[in-house]
Amino acid sequence: MYRINIIDARGTLHELEGADGQNIMAVAVDHDVPGIVGECGGDMSCGTCHVHIEDTWQQAAGQPDADETDMLEVVDNLQPNSRLCCQIRMSSSLDGITLKVAGTE
Amino acid sequence: MASTSEVEERADVVIVGAGHAGVQLVSALAKKQFAGSVVMIEAEEGYPYERPPLSKGYFSGEQQLGDILFRSPDYWGNSPARLMTGETVIRVNADEHLVETATGRKLRYESLIWAAGGNARSLPLPGADLAGVYYIRTLADADALKLRAEKSARAVIIGGGYIGLESAAALRKAGLAVTIFEAADRLLARVTSGPVSEFFRKLHVERGVEFRFGQSVAAIIGEGAHGVTGVRLASDEILPADLVIIGVGLLPNVDVLAAAGCATGNGIVVDEVHRTSLPDIYAIGDCASFASAGGYHRLESVPNATEHAQILAGVLMGEQPRQRAVPWFWSDQYDVKLKTVGLLSGHDAVVVRGNPDSGAFSVAYLRDGRLIALDAINATADFAQARLLIESGAPVDYERLVNPTIKLKDCTTPRVAA
Repeated sequence: MYRINIIDARGTLHELEGADGQNIMAVAVDHDVPGIVGECGGDMSCGTCHVHIEDTWQQAAGQPDADETDMLEVVDNLQPNSRLCCQIRMSSSLDGITLKVAGTE
Repeated sequence: MASTSEVEERADVVIVGAGHAGVQLVSALAKKQFAGSVVMIEAEEGYPYERPPLSKGYFSGEQQLGDILFRSPDYWGNSPARLMTGETVIRVNADEHLVETATGRKLRYESLIWAAGGNARSLPLPGADLAGVYYIRTLADADALKLRAEKSARAVIIGGGYIGLESAAALRKAGLAVTIFEAADRLLARVTSGPVSEFFRKLHVERGVEFRFGQSVAAIIGEGAHGVTGVRLASDEILPADLVIIGVGLLPNVDVLAAAGCATGNGIVVDEVHRTSLPDIYAIGDCASFASAGGYHRLESVPNATEHAQILAGVLMGEQPRQRAVPWFWSDQYDVKLKTVGLLSGHDAVVVRGNPDSGAFSVAYLRDGRLIALDAINATADFAQARLLIESGAPVDYERLVNPTIKLKDCTTPRVAA
């Protein structure tokens, strides 16, 4: 299990654990983290798992592909460190990743 | 000893149905730190699961049960919401604020949320109850179907809607011969336009699916333990088949509430905040015929169920009702992703953006010069931008719309300064 730190819009830190290969959105909704809905179940079709990756983790998390970039173009609060977290799967290189919820509900 | 009529549980919120609407409501309330007690009653056994994968990844075997559960078992263990599975609600007493289940349990509610979805519409065909004939609504359906498909060579699908088409894609991947019967003269006739119908017809034909348009199955033939061996058409032609899938729509679950005196039409009739005609009873998801923009809609989709749940959660928390989001939908068939946003009824113009033969294009539906809906086939940017354009109601420039190299969001008509 790997550690995931998610800070919600109120500043509350949620310290979670995800299994190898598990996407971050799935972990977040399993803990009712406010602001992450995951409406489409991880199909990258809804934009409701929008997060900002903390600077030190940006490289490890990687860049969005073309489709994710298209979806991100229309979310509120788009920043260079924006990702849809259903597209980030946990691995040892992401152990301890910290990110902030970007969306509101 | 207390008589059964005195033995009752109570909860502030009782949710009937642990499908997409019910589960999202539980989550939304938890995120808002709802202080009341919540009980969710579900007829099926087992942990709540997502339905779209039943005709996609779960059907094809790419996903296992663990992949399609809404939440982990730990979630339900930790949740203050209580999950009651294997219990079917058979009666609602609106005056007494009581629900009763088939096993005789009674619960008293402050607020009752009917999120009971519906059942696959059955076809009164001779032979429809033979072994090897399936609807796809539940996990049990999908499991039985998968087992049968492993031993089958030929499948017949009755109904060329999304369920039928997605199942066809999964069955073709598994190597079965597939024939689809569609009563109309094109696919998805009620929900999309000619160009999109034609795209999907070609897509499936290229993958080896046979279509029979305007023809119908008169009887399913077979017998005994083996069940289905074929279908007989009105013309008396017989098509051999080892497996039949019927996908002809959903019957919303209305009987129990109707018996309780609730207004029903095409589903449970609700207002803008999902209140039914009975006090303290709400309805959300596939079963709800909801008021919107001067009319009523009943939409069978996951985004619709989620949206209803979000709206109702706000209502139950006493918040200002949020504005309804534009409806949207998705379907995955082979390597094609269809995403649709808005509702096209009432459109007066159709604009195709891009070339369908390229495998990536979109179709825009306009009314009075404004975008009201869009079908995007492998066209994520158009899909994403269409939602904003539909919400804003901005007039669009036809000449630019027709040019797929111009971004959709740049197709609005420049406003003339006063």
